[in-house]
Order: sequence, then C-alpha cells, then structure tokens
Amino acid sequence: MKPAPFDYYAPTSIEEALSLLARYGYDAKALAGGQSLIPMMNFRLAQPAVLIDLNNIPDLSFIRGDEGGGLRLGAMTRHAQVEHDPLIAERTPLIFETMPKIATPQIRSRGTFGGSISHADPSAELVAVSVILDGLFRLRSQTGHRWVPAKEFFIGMFTTQLEPDELLTEIAFPPMQPRSGWALMEIARRPHDFALVGVAVVVNLDDENRCYNARIGLLSVGDGPVEANRAAEALIGQAPTSEPIKAAAEIAATEDIDPSSDIHASAGYRRHLVKVLTRRALELAFERASSIPS
Amino acid sequence: MNGLYEVDLTVNGKNYQRAVDPRLLLSDFLRHELNLTGTHVGCEHGVCGACTVLLDGQPIRSCLMFAVQANGHEIMTVEGLGTQEKLHPLQAAFVEAHGLQCGFCTPGILMTLLPFLESNPDPDEAEIRHAISGNLCRCTGYQHIVDAVKIASEKLSP
Repeated sequence: MKPAPFDYYAPTSIEEALSLLARYGYDAKALAGGQSLIPMMNFRLAQPAVLIDLNNIPDLSFIRGDEGGGLRLGAMTRHAQVEHDPLIAERTPLIFETMPKIATPQIRSRGTFGGSISHADPSAELVAVSVILDGLFRLRSQTGHRWVPAKEFFIGMFTTQLEPDELLTEIAFPPMQPRSGWALMEIARRPHDFALVGVAVVVNLDDENRCYNARIGLLSVGDGPVEANRAAEALIGQAPTSEPIKAAAEIAATEDIDPSSDIHASAGYRRHLVKVLTRRALELAFERASSIPS
Repeated sequence: MNGLYEVDLTVNGKNYQRAVDPRLLLSDFLRHELNLTGTHVGCEHGVCGACTVLLDGQPIRSCLMFAVQANGHEIMTVEGLGTQEKLHPLQAAFVEAHGLQCGFCTPGILMTLLPFLESNPDPDEAEIRHAISGNLCRCTGYQHIVDAVKIASEKLSP
C-alpha cells in the first residue's frame, strides 16, 4: 500500500470534526477532496497519524448569495460544482472564468474550494484570486470562530494562519464594485498543469473612465500569492490606454516580484511572462470594465 | 479507530461488501480486491489519468481516493462499458480509428470520455483535446484518439 498507516475518522457534522481536531491537533490532517493531500501521502511526504475525512459533512458544501450582493461558499464545495454555478458567474465572474483552468476535469470532480485554499500552493489559481477579490475565510474551532482576510491568511509556501485545531468552513466574497473588469491568464507547459506564471486582475473605472481601483495577483512567482502593488498603484487615476498598461506591466515584472529559477522556468523567463501576461490581462479587464455603462 | 472498515458499494451495477484498510487506494481495491484489472495504475499521484473511473457518474482519479471513501457510492470501471463480443460504440470507435497502440492509457481515456460525450454530444477538436488533457498517452500522439472521439460522437448521437 502506498500511504503510511493512519487512523481514519469520517465525521458527519462540523462539530464532530472540530472535536476530533481538538483531540488530535498536530497529529491529524483534515481530508477534503484529497487531490493534493493523497498524492503527498502516496509519496509518504505526508504521513498523518489521523485522517479526518470531511466528505460526509453536507453542511460544508453550499453556494449562496448574501443580502449585500456578496457570495458565500462552503469549504467542501467541489470545483466541478463551482465551475457550472450561475450565481458564481453572476457575482464572482473572475472565479467563474478561473475554474476551468484549475487542474484536470478528473481533479475538479473531487477537489474542493476550501481544500485548495487551505493547501496554500503558491501556484494555485484560487489562492491568488481570493486575495485580489478580498475574500474572507471563516476558521472554526471548538472554542470559537474567526474571519480572516485572504491577504493575511496566506503566510508562505503551503503555510497559512490555520491552527491545528481549526477548520476552514466557509469562504465569503464581497460584492463587486461598480464598473468592474477582470481577467486571469496563465502559461503552463501542458494544459491544466501547474502554471509557470499566472496573473489575475480586477480593475474598476469611474464615471470619467479613469481607473479608481486595481488589484493584480500573481501565481508561481513567490512563496505565496504575490500582489503587484506598485503596478496597481501606477494605474490609479489613469485612463485605460496602452501606455499606462504597458508601464504597469513593466513595474510588475521588475519592482513587484523576486522570482526564483527552478527546473520549470528561469527567474528571467518568469519576469518576462509576468510582463506579457499582466499587460494582456489588464487589456482584457479594462475592455470589460469599459463595456459597462457608467 | 484503527483496523478494517466495512464498505458497501456498487461497481458496474454489482453490489460488493468488503472490509478494507483505510489506506487502501480505490485503484488498488478495484484491482486487487475485486480483480477488476481493467483500471490501470500509472503514476499513482494524479498526473497520468490511467486510473480514471466514474464515481456517481463523475470522472475521478481512483489513485487519489481511498476505497473506504467509496462506501455507499456507485463506481463504474471500463469493465462496465462493453464486452469483447459486444464493444461499446466508444470502444468500437477506438478500434476503427486506431485510437490505441499499447493500450495502457485507454481504459482511463474511455472513462474520461464517456461522461464528456454525454454532456457534449457534438464536440469540436479543441473541446476533445481539452477533455483528454488529464490523460497521458505515450504512443499515439493523440491524433487518432481525437479521430476516435469524432467517430464515437457521430455513432452515439441520436
């Protein structure tokens, strides 16, 4: 057998799962879709003594709108469900556009939104997208709960603010601001493979067609999701024409990142991709924002 | 809780009850416990797609799920598709178009394509290539697989 032995629990309620996490702490791993954890267990890179399977907790799987126009997702909602949900398309079109680009169809059948967030892979699309959409994560434990902004949740490579007794149960996204444009672009060696570089952007235009908000999230260029803050700042107050877009892409590739070289791509190539993809993503996002009447 | 777990599941329409170690992968369960060796095991970490089966109608990688998790669920493997005497139209299309050479990847590709063709009865080439992008084939260069899917979509469409 591939994985090392473990004790297995399949709780049917959130409370039961939290009590198991409180009891086993660091020895336990929560099993969501298993599309990252099980490969790591097959390689024995991960050898949890206790596995708490969340797949039998119906309360963790839902997609619903809130009154303010925002969106709520249960942590165990599967990618394949998010991919085809009309409310996702309406309220968080960036997420809707992102879903088909995540892994393969087989992995999207099992993989979950909350699993991807908790795993915190710096090349995961939903990690960077959650940051630029100002997502909020609800972390529950037996003693209480807290809402943590995506921006603060991710600490580094596969590292988050989750304490051993905490479980990510719910993800919230605020409503889109007026005249929003969005885009996600990535380059990978093979379709659906880990992106060498990916760029997610959200921009907003005011009544005079000037950019009043810009967020640029980059994947696979650091230990966690990286925001190109200087590039985004340079866009504020600008008209969405080719010069400021090009300038912002240049800033993103030079000042905002410090990528490393690995067997997949050199640092120089990653900078090049950030520049090209940021420009293209901003062009598309501004085009979409411009098409919304002020 | 250590030890063995009772699982009760349906595979290709037939009910099975077994006691399993929780660390037993679904792929190994199908092959070693049920002797359904049509499901092939390639990379065992979710990259090659050879072990694709249907879980409640959805294509999944059976090496990335534990057998114990299939309790109460319905699995379909390539053995549920057709027989040697009576091939499923999708299998017949692969024969017709030479969509396989060594055949190692074929069961996973067939199980990926079955639900795909149900929801996309008339796919174009880009959609077909997208659909099989989670399945590696080292023989065919994929062209004959794409041809087979086109033939199958014509045969299967009403």
